[in-house]
Amino acid sequence: MSKVRSVGEEVWKHKTDKINSELLTLTYGSIVAQLVADFDHDYAKVNKQLDKMGYNIGLRLIEELLAKTGLPRCQNFRDTAEAVAKVGFKMFMNITPTISNWSVDSKQFSLVFTENPLAEFVELPDKPNARDLWYSNIYAGVIRGALEMVQLQVEAEFVSDAVQDPSLPTEIRVRLVKVLEDEIPPGED
Amino acid sequence: MEVSASALDYLLIEAVPVARDVIEQLGIEDQDEAHHRIELYGYQVGKGLAQVFTRSRPRMVQQLEIIKFVCKNLWEVLYKKQMDNLKTNHRDTYVLVDHNFEFCRRMGTSLPPQATAELAYPYLCFPAGIIRGFLHAMGLSSTVTVEAPELPMVTFNVRIE
Repeated sequence: MSKVRSVGEEVWKHKTDKINSELLTLTYGSIVAQLVADFDHDYAKVNKQLDKMGYNIGLRLIEELLAKTGLPRCQNFRDTAEAVAKVGFKMFMNITPTISNWSVDSKQFSLVFTENPLAEFVELPDKPNARDLWYSNIYAGVIRGALEMVQLQVEAEFVSDAVQDPSLPTEIRVRLVKVLEDEIPPGED
Repeated sequence: MEVSASALDYLLIEAVPVARDVIEQLGIEDQDEAHHRIELYGYQVGKGLAQVFTRSRPRMVQQLEIIKFVCKNLWEVLYKKQMDNLKTNHRDTYVLVDHNFEFCRRMGTSLPPQATAELAYPYLCFPAGIIRGFLHAMGLSSTVTVEAPELPMVTFNVRIE
């Protein structure tokens, strides 16, 4: 799978319309700020809404990824991790998170981000419970939605975020729940 | 730094169901409240962009100068093209026309124009909000309405208050 990184870079270089990331940062920030205001600083609700938003995006974004890369079906969950980090994040966000902390059974890994265009220059609201907000939670939803479309049911959640505490890494934990059965139409086997 | 343009497209497309979802959770039935929120997303972005732009250039003071800046510089950053037409009555009212609005170019439907325009409307609240936010940050209080009876042509009516 060492080819995976070059697939991501190739698509980014030659098949991607690019914009200044500031536009995305501002747009995402304004949506999060409005959610925080509408839900009156109930961050559990904000996190849930961001995750749902990401999930719906993930369901659609995987089509573009597969069409532009022609990636073959992943043989195992380690391949999947590579595709998420080096193709998915590379081609849409132009970043490549590090894959780390594999569980012994190879069903859980972490994505660790050293840069995050969504959270550039972000300051959390000045509220005692502001640390309950997972500012970039849309990522978790996107991963969950996109992988579901390739028959992988996963859970994805933030473990820590440098936006909350600069001494911590920005880390998302991804857990394989199960491989979904392909739906075979009756009478065609 | 750059990101893919489609990342922003996905976000903007999904912003509409999010706004609807939120007002439903708040027990609000009036769909205009969803549109209002989408306009507010744009408003904040417009304000933010004004800060980015004015970091490196002298402050604009004339109304027409600021509106022209919206048509040229702001639009180009957002949609990689300029507005196609600007009309004014020289009394605080401006009509900005984009003949081929980028975000709606792929928004064809098989529905009659009026129905298509209604479907597109929530998505157009975002750029309308951007214009209002940008103008506000430049010291101009305004109302901005948008109409698109013949997509992908979109018309923004700006009234400075």
